[in-house]
Amino acid sequence: MNEPAILTVLIAMLGGAIRVSTPFMFVSLGECLTEKSGRVNLGLEGTLVLGAMVAYAFSYHTGSPWIGVLAAGVAGSALGAMHGSICGLPRVNDVAVGIAMMLFGVGVAFFFGKPYIQPEAPRLGSIPLGLWSDSASLKSALQVNPLFFIGIALAVVMAWSLRNTRWGLVVRTVGDSAAAARAMGISVNFVRLMTTTVGGFAAGVGGAFLSLSYPGSWNQGLSSGQGLMAVALVIFARWDPLRCIAAALLFGAAGAIGPSLQSIGITQGYYFFNAAPYILTLGIMIATSSAKHSARDMPGELSIAK
Amino acid sequence: MSNAPLVTGAPRDIVGPVATPAAGSDFAARFRANSEYVVIPLIALLIAAALFAVFLMAIGKSPVDFVSYVWRGGFGTSFSLQNTLQRSAPLILTALAVAIPARIGLIMIGGEGALVLGGFASAVVAIPMLGRVPPMPTLIIMAIFAMIVGGFWVGLAGFLRYARGVNETISSLLLTYIGIAIMNFFVEGALRDLSDPNKPSTKPLGKAYMVGVIPGTEVHWGIVFGVALCIALYILMTRTTFGFAARVTGGNFRAALAQGLPVGRLIVACSAIAGACAGLAGFFEVAAIQGRANASLAAGYGFTGILVSFLARHNPLAIPVVAILFGGLVASGGLIQRRMGLPDATVLVLQGLIFVVLLTSETLYGRFSMFKPPAERDRT
Repeated sequence: MNEPAILTVLIAMLGGAIRVSTPFMFVSLGECLTEKSGRVNLGLEGTLVLGAMVAYAFSYHTGSPWIGVLAAGVAGSALGAMHGSICGLPRVNDVAVGIAMMLFGVGVAFFFGKPYIQPEAPRLGSIPLGLWSDSASLKSALQVNPLFFIGIALAVVMAWSLRNTRWGLVVRTVGDSAAAARAMGISVNFVRLMTTTVGGFAAGVGGAFLSLSYPGSWNQGLSSGQGLMAVALVIFARWDPLRCIAAALLFGAAGAIGPSLQSIGITQGYYFFNAAPYILTLGIMIATSSAKHSARDMPGELSIAK
Repeated sequence: MSNAPLVTGAPRDIVGPVATPAAGSDFAARFRANSEYVVIPLIALLIAAALFAVFLMAIGKSPVDFVSYVWRGGFGTSFSLQNTLQRSAPLILTALAVAIPARIGLIMIGGEGALVLGGFASAVVAIPMLGRVPPMPTLIIMAIFAMIVGGFWVGLAGFLRYARGVNETISSLLLTYIGIAIMNFFVEGALRDLSDPNKPSTKPLGKAYMVGVIPGTEVHWGIVFGVALCIALYILMTRTTFGFAARVTGGNFRAALAQGLPVGRLIVACSAIAGACAGLAGFFEVAAIQGRANASLAAGYGFTGILVSFLARHNPLAIPVVAILFGGLVASGGLIQRRMGLPDATVLVLQGLIFVVLLTSETLYGRFSMFKPPAERDRT
């Protein structure tokens, strides 16, 4: 079974895109919800790392990775609730609090995560979607984690309910004009607290994927900037959950370039290809921003792209 | 609030006798108003310390032990104090990298990347000069190179902010990751010193080409340059037209545009100054501590610097004091780890906690009547 090298790379990139994109998906969906209500949570990088650590620890102690996923979500919502309630106070800058929460989350994760670097915890199983194919590399590329599909389902549900439910309308109103929302008798701070908490839950689940599926172990170098890139990704996806999925897949593919090339023995420039997602993010931000007017479809209350 | 300046300023000019108490308390009023900026961060520090003590007790460690180890590891002996000063040099410089852009209204957090790339650039530019050019000119060229590269890196984020409206917080952090990747790419590849099998590094500078220590101490000159830069940049930002224009831009962007200020140039200049400071920190890490460029340049000084600047309220004159405090905390990390059996991330937890509480305390400004001039008190 000799495949041409380019096919091997493409198949590895397909598999990589599916795997690498999953955490991006969850973080960006969480951030999308938060930003829809007019607040930015830059601390999701910390949430991601803490989620990864908590998921691994719970999976190790209970033997069930799904309990780990749940625990990661709860830890993420705790950080989200902290961010949400602090930013509810007058004169507090949400971007700066996000930076602080990033450092805090990473610190707490490293502090409690030290004993879990060595032990092996049970991982999340995958659904083998490639059984129809004879190609071994395609089979391994199509080992898809159920969280990938949960993420897509979440995006569809979110997109639908933002458009069609009362709650969706409330969130969008708060995000577009806090004054209008107040006039309608909506508590702006409460809605933002809720969206930040739920967004934190999603980001925590994304972290669980990192430690329990791919790369599938807990260590201190697990996440370097995925949480932050997801924030940029939301701007690129113009605050639409469905476009977040597409953007996450694109980022996943960029992140998979390095490992895929390694699989056929190209190790030259490993660090360069590892930087590809950052460069892509920056490039996309440059291409989609404008100095003259704010980004298209941006929630009116958002401070980040003004 | 909005009519306050009218009330405090007018009586002095119009009616003489009535104004006497107001004029007499002018200094007192300013002192009162400024003390708010000292008292509230101190309250935040105390609350964070209390929360951290509760955290330590919850995991069964003694907060008293912690304090005594921070004292011993950071300030207690002459050795530890010198270690602290050594570590506060990069903190001062990376804090300046946050404080200067903050004056013009930007939250720039790319100090770590500028430090790493600046340090790397200075190590690279030195390689062909070793043994051919005397140490002093070599070091000067290294420092200039580090500042140019660091300044370019953060200046880029400032330029993108102005020209394309790219959010500077995200772009500067992305540039940090890219900068670290660039250094790793070269250090593990083309520029790796193959005679050293241990850690991928550039060619070592050698003892003759290292920055010396301040006579009578073990502390390198970085802290002197750091403090001097703090003073120089304080003067630049408060006593010159450049600084005034920058602060106007930070206070009200539209007003600055309407006044015809060169907003774009100001933003790029402030960002570049910031990057140059962080790059200089990288130069000192390479030329005074490591002796070569490798992955240990990314030691997190850039991130601690963010906290230092926020705690100093982006005031260059307050930065050295806060930086020495945190330098001591960083320096005592090893001792705490060994003696108390706490992980090295303990310092990170404490820093994160302080940062969160500090930003929460922003909400307290203007809430206490004791900081307001007496005339304003009864009308809230």
